[in-house]
Amino acid sequence: MNVPVDAPVAVLKVENLSKSFRRGSIWGGGISHKAVDDVSFALEEGETLAIVGESGSGKSTTARLAMRLLDADAGSVHLQGEDITLAGGKELRIKRKDIQMVFQDPFASLNPRMKIIETVGEGLRVHHSEMNREQRREKVAETLALCGIGEEALDRYPHQFSGGQRQRIGIARALIVEPKVLVLDEPVSALDVSVQAQILNLLKKIQAERNLSYLFISHDLSVVRHIANRVLVMFEGSIVEQGAVADLFANPQHAYTQDLLAARPINHPRERQQPATA
Amino acid sequence: MADHLSETKAIQSLELRELSLSVPIGGEHVEAVSGVSLILKPGRVLGLVGESGCGKSLTAQAMLRLGEHQGVQREGGDILLDGESLFSMDDDTLRSVRGGRVSMVFQEPMTALNPVFSIGSQITEVIRLHLDMDKKQAAQRTVKLLQDVGMPDPEAVMKQYPDALSGGMRQRVLIAMAMAADPAYIIADEPTTALDVSVQKRIIQLLRNLQRERDLGMLLVTHDFGLVAEMADDVAVMYAGQIVESGNVEQIFDRPTHPYTRALMGCRPEVSEPGSSLPVIAGQVPPPGSWAIGCHFAERCPLADSACSEPVAMGAWSDGEHQARCLHADMKLPELEAQL
Repeated sequence: MNVPVDAPVAVLKVENLSKSFRRGSIWGGGISHKAVDDVSFALEEGETLAIVGESGSGKSTTARLAMRLLDADAGSVHLQGEDITLAGGKELRIKRKDIQMVFQDPFASLNPRMKIIETVGEGLRVHHSEMNREQRREKVAETLALCGIGEEALDRYPHQFSGGQRQRIGIARALIVEPKVLVLDEPVSALDVSVQAQILNLLKKIQAERNLSYLFISHDLSVVRHIANRVLVMFEGSIVEQGAVADLFANPQHAYTQDLLAARPINHPRERQQPATA
Repeated sequence: MADHLSETKAIQSLELRELSLSVPIGGEHVEAVSGVSLILKPGRVLGLVGESGCGKSLTAQAMLRLGEHQGVQREGGDILLDGESLFSMDDDTLRSVRGGRVSMVFQEPMTALNPVFSIGSQITEVIRLHLDMDKKQAAQRTVKLLQDVGMPDPEAVMKQYPDALSGGMRQRVLIAMAMAADPAYIIADEPTTALDVSVQKRIIQLLRNLQRERDLGMLLVTHDFGLVAEMADDVAVMYAGQIVESGNVEQIFDRPTHPYTRALMGCRPEVSEPGSSLPVIAGQVPPPGSWAIGCHFAERCPLADSACSEPVAMGAWSDGEHQARCLHADMKLPELEAQL
């Protein structure tokens, strides 16, 4: 690829990432299965890069490798120009301040025994140990407010919130340490369509305000078309196609991308294909 | 329809009539389905659309009187199968109806199959429960059913266990089971939600073909307007325990009328301008027990006024068979709030 001289430094850059898992009997043995195979991409400042694929395509594994939640078998991860492929312990913890994750299931990803103030404020204890209780509380309230959650939430528990509210809380928890990159793993897949719209709008607003970069993992092409600037299509561990969102949707090149697009639900009963058999 | 009971033989439908159901919440029974009327007719697909918590799954289960052992109670109304009330049937008759004349396909193909029995034994069990067949005949019918749902090697699949099959294949097995006793009606509750998009499309086509070939009456419960556009002939939109709009599928897509239907269809990313702000409805669906006496949607509705605090009848707005439970359905919606 030709890179212009004044090209912005990628906030997150992964090169030739590979990861295998051993699949098989609990007694050992089994076959090695390549979940991610030679994946490279760069995420620029302020952009949304989507990874699309079906279950088993390796998209979530790729996200976890990029976050260093999993160790790659081969390849490298650079965060803001620094190699974090082998970073560990304290060094990794410090680096993680810049890259935070939002999970799919807002029911499973919040600790049911922790109050919202504790869950959302946890990152501050790690990364801003100089803050006292009041400062933390103020910062948590401010971040929750940005995500559309009122101050009365602070001393409540996750079960007292709806799915959409929990996802807002999950986003606030990721934002509290002011990261540069959010890795969003199917962040709206578990939500109703009207709530999904609220969360997508929220993500757009925050991105514009903070110039955040999003790595957006999704199986839903309509959501991706709406939110992403660029798309990577993954199939069986590899990237089979990538491009700007408008190009890829208008003119898919790879057969798998074409199949995926053709399988999208229709928008109006008039678009129905007549059944082949009478 | 006063002489309805005297002509039960002639009536072919599975009907909910003004059905109200309550569920136990914190020791109290709270109304969760409020006066719902629906009719399934042979050869037609009725799409029941709504968001989580609106009561659509409870309504679907009620069509077979399921959920009662979990404390769901009928508060009023009736369920009629070809004119006969499900509440007048004894337990044996009811058991023969379930999986017999009326069967179900659920969302989760993982949990709906028993992991310790082979696919073959689970399907033949259903066949022998409902049809007068010996083992050999039932096995032959199982092979035929698996072929009908597009399983490549039926004999081999019969010997397999559920964990050997992919999600899409499991859903095909469940559909085969639902067809086992030649039902007249089928209740499909989010039948494709747990599947990958490419698999979804194939399962949708399979369901449509089977439904047409066998002239089935189908209730399709879903949150997904795309699925409704693919499959439904008629549509009922549910919000907070009530049907708020109904009509045939073209009417609903050409002219969504209730403010909730309009908002729900408008906030889909499928129909949005990429990168734009999606129009959204402020707030959230009120849970059972906190519904208003008047229109359930009023507190979130940009058109609501004082008249909406009185109960609103279904059909307050109507155009032929297209009906809405709204007093202001003819008013233009202001730009929905583009909040956050």
